[in-house]
Amino acid sequence: MSALASTAVTDLAAYTTSTGEAVQFWVLGTVAVIGALCTILMKKAVHSALCLAGTMIILAVFYLANGAYFLGIVQVVVYTGAIMMLFLFVVMLVGVTAADSLKETIKGQRWLAALCGLGFAVLLTAGIGNAAITEFNGLGAANAGGNVEGLAALIFTKYVFAFEITGALLITAAVGAMVLTHRERTERALNQREMAERRVREGKHLPPLPAPGVYARHNAVDIAGLLPDGTPSELTVMQTLRQRGQIRDVSGEALSDLAALEQRSAERLGRDREQEASK
Amino acid sequence: MNPVNYLYLASLLFAIGATGVLIRRNAIVVFMCIELMLNACNLALVAFSRMHGNLDGQIIAFFTMVVAAAEVVVGLAIIVSLFRSRHSASVDDASLMKL
Repeated sequence: MSALASTAVTDLAAYTTSTGEAVQFWVLGTVAVIGALCTILMKKAVHSALCLAGTMIILAVFYLANGAYFLGIVQVVVYTGAIMMLFLFVVMLVGVTAADSLKETIKGQRWLAALCGLGFAVLLTAGIGNAAITEFNGLGAANAGGNVEGLAALIFTKYVFAFEITGALLITAAVGAMVLTHRERTERALNQREMAERRVREGKHLPPLPAPGVYARHNAVDIAGLLPDGTPSELTVMQTLRQRGQIRDVSGEALSDLAALEQRSAERLGRDREQEASK
Repeated sequence: MNPVNYLYLASLLFAIGATGVLIRRNAIVVFMCIELMLNACNLALVAFSRMHGNLDGQIIAFFTMVVAAAEVVVGLAIIVSLFRSRHSASVDDASLMKL
């Protein structure tokens, strides 16, 4: 009995919960729920991903508090370390600036969905509320030889078949990802000579494209060069920046400068003319 | 503290994730909400494991993590190829089979 009591004191995942654990639960639980809400309410995907990463780290702390030491570490390493970073990687690939469209395709769908979610939460909570659980059995005995050793013993005996199937699943997933994202070139890439010949045949733009900014005072690549009349030329900015809409426009400034210059010269010329007329 | 509190938290997170799946249009965010639901289930499983005093719950949570990792790899590959063909990550744009 005294041995059991001592394990209960030393083991974090005891069958009773301490006040410290209650404080930890209420503080971190609140933060976790706020993080989850931010995940579904943030407009940009990057912010959602960061909020979700925070929630996952808090869940890792809960795993540790519940005696799942191995799972807590795996949660940090695999979920927040690998999976969330994979998410961020794809967000960057697909476009950070692409915010969610706020237009509803089905009228009232958003509110109905929120109502469904609320009803679902009430249903789950009411179901759990019926359970008559007042204390844990505690993992003191199960974790006696170490949490990782206990898990390993179960995985390689009772669950060995599921474990092997999991390996097959992982290989299938890796192959599937490669098949889905691999793109076969259907035609040969054109070489420089063929591209030059095609340009001549089309006869649209024979010389090389003008460089950005050379007609104006700036030479940054995202600033369109100005034509002699002050209008920006789209041709000077590279295609990628043009498609992203990342062209910085200074033509307004340049045009107002030009207008001021013309006005000043006109004033001077006008004055000159007046002087000539007065002579 | 009542052990059921962990289950309440897990069910709350699960419901929030389900609402997110229904509300959001961006395929990546929808996928993140699914991950949130899986994590909520894992929390419940870990709490069950402590309630019953054996490690089976933790084993199942571990398998859930492995399956989630495989699912993320395939799902993100689908999203990337969808983005390549449609130039959009919105789930509304993939409506080729709609009448």
